[in-house]
Amino acid sequence: MVRRHTISLLVENRFGVLARVAGLFSGRGYNIESLCVAETTDPTVSKMTIVTSGDDQIIEQIIKQLRKLIDVIKVTDLTTTEHVERELVLVKVNAAPEHRAEILRTVDIFRAKIVDVSPSAYVVEITGDEGKIGAFIELMKPFGIRDIARTGKVAMARTAKKREQEGTRHVA
Amino acid sequence: MTGARIFLEALKREGVREIFGIPGGAVINIYDELHKDSELFHILTRHEQGAVHAADGYARSSGKVGVVLVTSGPGATNTVTGIATAYMDSSPIVVFTGQVPTSMIGNDAFQEADIVGITRPCTKHNYLVKDVKDLPRVIKEAFYIARTGRPGPVLVDLPKDVITASANVKFPDHIELRGYKPVLEGHVKQIRKALDIILASSRPVLYTGGGVIWSSAAADLTKFARKLKIPVTNTLMGLGGFPGDDELFMGMLGMHGTYAANMAVTHSDLIIAVGARFDDRVTGKVEEFAPEAKIVHVDVDPASISKSVKVHVPIVGDAKRVVRRLLEELKNVPQKEIRAFQKRTAEWRKKISEWKETQPLRYNRSKTRIKPQYVVEKLYELTGGDAIITTEVGQNQMWAAQFFKYKQPRTFITSGGLGTMGFGFPAAIGAQVANPGKVVVDIAGDGSIQMNIQELATAVQYRLPVKVFILNNRFLGMVRQWQHLFFDKRYSETCFGVLPDFVRLAEAYGAVGLRATRPDQVENVIKKALDVNAPVLVDFVIDREECVYPMVPAGASLKDMLLV
Repeated sequence: MVRRHTISLLVENRFGVLARVAGLFSGRGYNIESLCVAETTDPTVSKMTIVTSGDDQIIEQIIKQLRKLIDVIKVTDLTTTEHVERELVLVKVNAAPEHRAEILRTVDIFRAKIVDVSPSAYVVEITGDEGKIGAFIELMKPFGIRDIARTGKVAMARTAKKREQEGTRHVA
Repeated sequence: MTGARIFLEALKREGVREIFGIPGGAVINIYDELHKDSELFHILTRHEQGAVHAADGYARSSGKVGVVLVTSGPGATNTVTGIATAYMDSSPIVVFTGQVPTSMIGNDAFQEADIVGITRPCTKHNYLVKDVKDLPRVIKEAFYIARTGRPGPVLVDLPKDVITASANVKFPDHIELRGYKPVLEGHVKQIRKALDIILASSRPVLYTGGGVIWSSAAADLTKFARKLKIPVTNTLMGLGGFPGDDELFMGMLGMHGTYAANMAVTHSDLIIAVGARFDDRVTGKVEEFAPEAKIVHVDVDPASISKSVKVHVPIVGDAKRVVRRLLEELKNVPQKEIRAFQKRTAEWRKKISEWKETQPLRYNRSKTRIKPQYVVEKLYELTGGDAIITTEVGQNQMWAAQFFKYKQPRTFITSGGLGTMGFGFPAAIGAQVANPGKVVVDIAGDGSIQMNIQELATAVQYRLPVKVFILNNRFLGMVRQWQHLFFDKRYSETCFGVLPDFVRLAEAYGAVGLRATRPDQVENVIKKALDVNAPVLVDFVIDREECVYPMVPAGASLKDMLLV
């Protein structure tokens, strides 16, 4: 069964590492839906979040092949653990005078933000998981989306269960 | 010290004695330094591809890391086929390429190529060195990565300004690679589980590959197989990993495997795979591979396990360590149980003997035309099997695999994964450099030999008494065979209209050229070739339309074999 997986990687923060990871996917015919990479608090280490899809065998191969790369330090399939996922999206939407109120209401409901205003359009910033972002975009479509820019997903495992019971876990 | 000096010192610290290469502008400073150095021996090949295959043959025949040094641009791109060949067959080589100065990189400078980018998918790892201070560490890591875990090629790109810069450097004595920690010890619980399954099986087969050769597990594996009397089949890469003349040996399996081996796998209830990767040329139609069997799979590369077939007992670890542990665990098994196992599996061995007897490897003998199989058989007979055999790719390779009995690991050297024509001859040169006293024979075809024939000059220059046996059918034989069987004998572009006179060509290079056109000449010509202490090229004019059998057509199930 083909499923979507979110894979988190710790990699050496060196030139060429992104090419190695991306090349592995293209060379072996795996597909990347989104890929995010940035430095961690340790400047020698970067974190990558890759969203990919495949059946169990393909995902197993992807993870094993990633682990074989010398510059990859750690690979975690977050899909199999409890985790949080977020994406930030900028949406430029037509804002005709008769629609402005409705757009603003929707933005408010989704706890999104208007970050740029012009006579004919708004730029909305929204963060959230896949479901929330997908729903928001659907609601904006009837007004006319002029442009869209997405960061791709970033993800993190939730803190271990034990601490959860101590009430330190926040559900966003 | 200059970068060039640091480079040579670092090589020596890795125990390097021989380098295969060709100089050029970007590495001229290294070659100048090499000129002053008496400890390192450089073998000048005539093409960079030849240098890489030679280093590969050196590595495969000795287990040591092969080293290549070439210049930037075309020098570097010429190594790619060789690197990809080594990558597919897990051969440990380190390739050093010159590069334009760091300030020029990306400017489309003269003889610039992004060789790190080009070889990223066909190396185990590669480096662009940007600072001379990194050189000692990078070289140490390169050798370590090449020879450990699942071995493989590593490329190090050396910009000219890094080579010419000077620095005070310290040579590290240990390595810290947080992203690279190969698992060598197999999980004990898994090993015990494997042994339980083995002892409970009735129709077991040991299926072993190149991993057994690379990890030097052959002796222990042979012991294990004999102790339990488990029949053994080898992959092409695994030949020599179990004595080819042993009673338990079934021969190679797969597309051109023996009837016995393919039938055994098909009817087996337990496949014990060691250092093999269930390649498509081995499994045939994968859905119908070993349909009744459970599978135990030992491999140092976790990604090889459950890649194409589902494995019941996976064991990640070095083949030798895992097999040794299996032998240890076997000591705890009561003799009575072992005897019971041998008794229970006796019927299975009998069945296999029947398959061996009814359908042995065979060919139609001829008194008038030289059969290629006959040449290989005679070579085996006259050397007593005591030789290193390399091959090109195609029919010559399969006949060499089928009709010579390999008794020792590292005596059969062939491009299995990539299937590189032109591999065998330079690989034989490398094998001869690593094994000066040994008989080294490249079993070649007339097509393949032309792909790196320029290395005759190398063999002559360094007095390497390599023998090349060309099984000459004036065809690209294996492709012709497929056209014969599956394309109504439409021999599209497989027939050579022109071939060189190989005897005179050998002589032109200063080598010895011999020819046999009739079966009764074969023995004498082989004897003569083996007697001469010089490179010899032998042109065996063989039966043109001979095919390699048995054959499992591509994509068919192993049980659907075309026999002779």
